[in-house]
Amino acid sequence: MSILVDNDTRVVVQGITGGEGKFHTGQMMEYGTNIVAGAVPGRGGQEVDGVPVYDTVHQAAREEDANASVVFVPPAFAADALFEALDSPVDLVVAITEGVPQQDMATVYRKLSETDTHLIGPNCPGLITPGEAKLGILPGNIFAEGNVGLVSRSGTLTYQVVDNLTQRGIGQTSAVGIGGDPIIGTDFVDALELFENDPDTEAVAMCGEIGGEDEEEAAAFIGEHMDTPVAGFIAGRTAPPGKRMGHAGAIVSGSGTGTAESKINALNDAGVPVGDTPNEVADHIEGFL
Amino acid sequence: MKLHEYQAKGVFADAGIPVPDSTLASTVDDAVEAAEGIGYPVAIKAQVQVGGRGKAGGIKLVDDAEEAREAADEILGMDLKGLHVDRVLVEAAVDFTNELYVGVTMDRGEGKPVAMVSTRGGVDIEEVAAEEPDAIVREHIDPAFGMHPYQARKAAFEAGVDRAVANDVASILTQLYELWDDKDATEIEVNPLMITADDEVVAADAVMNIDEDALFRHPDLAEMEEEAASDELEAKANEYGFDYVRLSGNTGIIGNGAGLVMTTLDLVDYYGGSPANFLDIGGGAKAERVTNALDMVFSDENVDSVVFNIFGGITRGDEVAMGINEALEQFDEIPKEVVVRLAGTNAEEGMEILNTDLVTVEETLEDAVQRAVEYAEEEEQ
Repeated sequence: MSILVDNDTRVVVQGITGGEGKFHTGQMMEYGTNIVAGAVPGRGGQEVDGVPVYDTVHQAAREEDANASVVFVPPAFAADALFEALDSPVDLVVAITEGVPQQDMATVYRKLSETDTHLIGPNCPGLITPGEAKLGILPGNIFAEGNVGLVSRSGTLTYQVVDNLTQRGIGQTSAVGIGGDPIIGTDFVDALELFENDPDTEAVAMCGEIGGEDEEEAAAFIGEHMDTPVAGFIAGRTAPPGKRMGHAGAIVSGSGTGTAESKINALNDAGVPVGDTPNEVADHIEGFL
Repeated sequence: MKLHEYQAKGVFADAGIPVPDSTLASTVDDAVEAAEGIGYPVAIKAQVQVGGRGKAGGIKLVDDAEEAREAADEILGMDLKGLHVDRVLVEAAVDFTNELYVGVTMDRGEGKPVAMVSTRGGVDIEEVAAEEPDAIVREHIDPAFGMHPYQARKAAFEAGVDRAVANDVASILTQLYELWDDKDATEIEVNPLMITADDEVVAADAVMNIDEDALFRHPDLAEMEEEAASDELEAKANEYGFDYVRLSGNTGIIGNGAGLVMTTLDLVDYYGGSPANFLDIGGGAKAERVTNALDMVFSDENVDSVVFNIFGGITRGDEVAMGINEALEQFDEIPKEVVVRLAGTNAEEGMEILNTDLVTVEETLEDAVQRAVEYAEEEEQ
């Protein structure tokens, strides 16, 4: 079992003719992902690596029965691409694009509240169910099939933690990079709920970082609603207030909200051990199994 | 991107929001001349981006030319919480009877903008928020509709703003929201919004943060970016296109991916060292980017050692290794010890390629950080 993606996921790639879109479409297909279509306005009728391209997401979904979309559209046009995906029949939208303006995302988030679609990202590496499918840019070779769920706001930090797990022979049910922006679709609570309801996920690793209050909300959710054990990691303990640490969302406000300390305390209070190093997260997970 | 006060007030004035008369000056003579032109009393205000400028001696109220000269002389060139003051804003002092707080910011959790009004202006609003959250009235705005005028009135009246000026305060709040929307701001704050004896409403301070990801559609604001950079190295980072934050420690850090770079900083601290910077080199690591990143870190005089931590996903370890070799071979003598750790795609190939005459290679993140911290300690002694 897994969450959100598996062998039955039929993917349309928005922006499939761009450099990144084309490269990662190849990588996803190599991993075994069922890429059924591309969508690029004005490029309908072409093919990329044997994948038919349509002018609109609606056409692609209709003709190829796609149920998920991966978005590689540049930031200036990303919000429009997301509206198009949310308006189409797909159930899952994965926005890889980094640098979508915050106010654009506020309107997308508003639209999202009117649909049942899952949006992952933006500014995320995507998600993977090892051995079945990956939607996004995660390096497939570091993952292994297993029983640990992983949810993270950061790409390379996810790879680090996954690597620590896989090296010990601990595989994953699914891993989701939810993205480093201030406004994102699926948040920690949404992903944790999916893992809690997945019978095969026996433990969950969550990697948070400074900024916002998502981790605090996740801690409350874990305390009240989860039986599956969770281990955590929080990046940014040494970040100064008022500075954006790479990710648009990774910022401790001047008033001191969004600190690593507050998140670590909230998680500890909910019974979640938080590693001082990524390797300690793997120690905790190993202890749960 | 946080604008300087003078930049934000320029944007306010263009939008028709009342601000006091002011002139920017970078010499004492210019400051005095500006003060004479505006008429006393005037405030002389350091243009650096730190909170609590007044308490730290960066704002002085003066009544004549002699005082203006003395104040400008004192403030220009001063070191304010680690930042050098090279410009002052000379501004007409407002004779106020009341001070309010108004602002618009993004509520991340709700994914919606929120407008705020409080009658507790002129003091640290963060303290008010912590101690008396009810003293700040918040009105969420639906991004599909924008702010309705009634919402601004509701916020002003419910905050208890005097009826004589409440409508004017509400229209300023509406203007601030429009500015927030037009300029892709992430935060706009006026504290204090001053009310005069004649019931005039004036924005005596202005804080404006712009979404860096939206600068592509605001060439006018993008031009302000360089001037807004608060640190020479941070300005250089903008030029190279790196996400860079300068800190006060002595272990330099270069890595890929925000979360992993933050983690590397945290580990430096965890193992008893002190991080000098955050530098995310981003995806790919061609020699030019590696050279630029090393140049950034080496030009920080506080740096005693460097840890280079790359987890290759799509980025390949062998390419990074070649980039590091090529970058370091350009130096006759490498200024500081560099510790490299490569993981992920083609990491083993990469570690074989790395020239160990130039760098120290470690296999795990923990070992690499500890080694760099040791080097930094040795260098310092």
